[in-house]
Amino acid sequence: MSPFEIVRFALVGLGANKLRSALTTLGILIGVGSVILLVAVGNGSSKAIQANIDKLGTNMLTVSHSSGGFGRNRSANAAATTKDLTVADAQAMADPNTAPDVKSASPVASTTENAVYAGVSTSIPAFLGTYPSYFEASNSPVSSGTYFTNDDVTNARKVIVLGQTVVTNLFGDIDPIDKQITVNGTPFTVIGVLKAKGSTGFQDADNTAIAPLTTVQQAFTGYGSLSEVIVEAKDAASINAAQSEITAILDTRHKITNAANADFRILNQASLLTASTSTSQTFTVLLGAVAAISLLVGGIGITNIMLVTVTERTREIGIRKAIGAPRGAILGQFLVEATLLSLIGGALGVLGGFVGSHFTIVGVKPIIVPSSIALAFGVSVVIGLFFGGYPANRAASLRPIDALRYE
Amino acid sequence: MTVPQQGAHRVIEIAQAVKTYGEGETAVHALRGIDLVVERGDYVAIMGASGSGKSTLMNVIGCLDVLTSGLYRLDGIDVSGLEESQLSLVRNRRLGFIFQAFNLIPRTTALANVELPLAYAGVKSAERRRRALAALDLVGLSDRVDHEPNELSGGQQQRVAVARALVTAPALLLADEPTGNLDTKSTHEVLGIFDRLSMSGRTIVIITHEDDVATHAKRIVRLVDGEIVSDVRQAEVSGPPPRHTPAGATAASSAASA
Repeated sequence: MSPFEIVRFALVGLGANKLRSALTTLGILIGVGSVILLVAVGNGSSKAIQANIDKLGTNMLTVSHSSGGFGRNRSANAAATTKDLTVADAQAMADPNTAPDVKSASPVASTTENAVYAGVSTSIPAFLGTYPSYFEASNSPVSSGTYFTNDDVTNARKVIVLGQTVVTNLFGDIDPIDKQITVNGTPFTVIGVLKAKGSTGFQDADNTAIAPLTTVQQAFTGYGSLSEVIVEAKDAASINAAQSEITAILDTRHKITNAANADFRILNQASLLTASTSTSQTFTVLLGAVAAISLLVGGIGITNIMLVTVTERTREIGIRKAIGAPRGAILGQFLVEATLLSLIGGALGVLGGFVGSHFTIVGVKPIIVPSSIALAFGVSVVIGLFFGGYPANRAASLRPIDALRYE
Repeated sequence: MTVPQQGAHRVIEIAQAVKTYGEGETAVHALRGIDLVVERGDYVAIMGASGSGKSTLMNVIGCLDVLTSGLYRLDGIDVSGLEESQLSLVRNRRLGFIFQAFNLIPRTTALANVELPLAYAGVKSAERRRRALAALDLVGLSDRVDHEPNELSGGQQQRVAVARALVTAPALLLADEPTGNLDTKSTHEVLGIFDRLSMSGRTIVIITHEDDVATHAKRIVRLVDGEIVSDVRQAEVSGPPPRHTPAGATAASSAASA
């Protein structure tokens, strides 16, 4: 009795009840397919979050003003002690002696303004005034045109770099470089267009405009408080050192003794990245677990169907035993039948997961994790062997005389 | 064709066979001490009413069931001491089964059904096909090899079953009410095949309750309540079966003279 013969018998057995075999296969197909696809979705969303954070700049610390402390501390002394973030603060943060790990500190004054070009008007929710170092710190390169310079800042020149969305809204297909736009009555010359970043969650990162800090302060926000300071660390490794240096500088400048009462907040992109990566990992694990359960259900489906098959074919098993089929041949036949069911289901599931991952699912582009294919496929085969084992063993243990009498 | 010269060769040797189902008060004594010897080339009909123990005897002879006590040797092998795996080998190599309900594997062609015992015996594909076709030719079904059981008449199905039983060239052909489900014409065909097989020296044991079927056998054993009540020989072990057709008789006499 060659293994080839056993496989042939198993194929004939499966072919005898095609619909049933197909439906059982479907259970495994869905299980394997969903493991691969859902893990790919989880992985895809994690990669997307990571890419978005990379676009914001991973060496970047955002220092912003906060009204100081939380809860009762705040009501007790916050109002009296909070100080605004100022350009002087930003300059102190960039001091290479006290903050050796800081590469640059760009003060940012932000406002929301209306821009007009040739009768077309658009609202710019993030109209920023800053230093040229901002472009590098926030990972915002221009796709055409140029950046403004320190000289432009010093002289408060009315030049502006626009985000992609603003360009589309105002200019359509026209090249915006060197065109004049009017922002709230002030004329600006467009000198550059930022590379598109895409949306980060609810916010369109491209619906922005960046102008020299002095110009924006002069025309719109005044010379008082900054909305934030963008600090760039020397490299990704020194970001935490940079954070503590800035904290020390600001504590001194703002005379803060208790960290709980700080009147500023530092947003660390790296820690944001870590947090969101671990969130999306949890998400992936959850999705994977749901899919694994459906794979398990598919496996139980195999046991169920194989038990039905064994019961239905008890007489046939009896005949086979009476004409001399050894136990191994019967065991092998039913085990191979079960394994083939899960193997075919697994293969189709891999195919389905593969095809499915080419579509965008709830806004996420799935990225297949190769190990999930191997795992899901391997598990499906093991499921066939494991869940097929019980019915096959039952078939093989039938006494021929009982099996023959079975009606 | 070989007529057995060594009449003493025993295909079946049963001594003091007892088979009891259940225990104590509710015990059923299916066989109460049976002695039976069947020599090679014999054609034995075992008769009895239902409940006489003939089916139990058939299961024991067919190695499907074991005796509670007593001795059973099949073709010289003491079967009672064998394990299940060895029993399946014995069934495969030494026994050919023919059932009342035909018991062909459904949705499987006649040829594949006949090949099955050879497949379990590990015979190579080409050789298997050759031998299966020869066996089907012997029962006159050469033109039905690719038909599945549900495309065959009862008589044809039983002939496929006979071919399947024959294909391994077993020491013993064991038939359990082989004509029970057949009409007169098919019964005649199947019994004709048995006569020819007996003529060619096959050892056959047939279980039946029909007198007409039993008259084909060389020897009739009657069972009542698990005991042998009569053992009548109708023809010599080495001779032709009693109701063999003239054509066969000619062949038999020529064989005997050879």
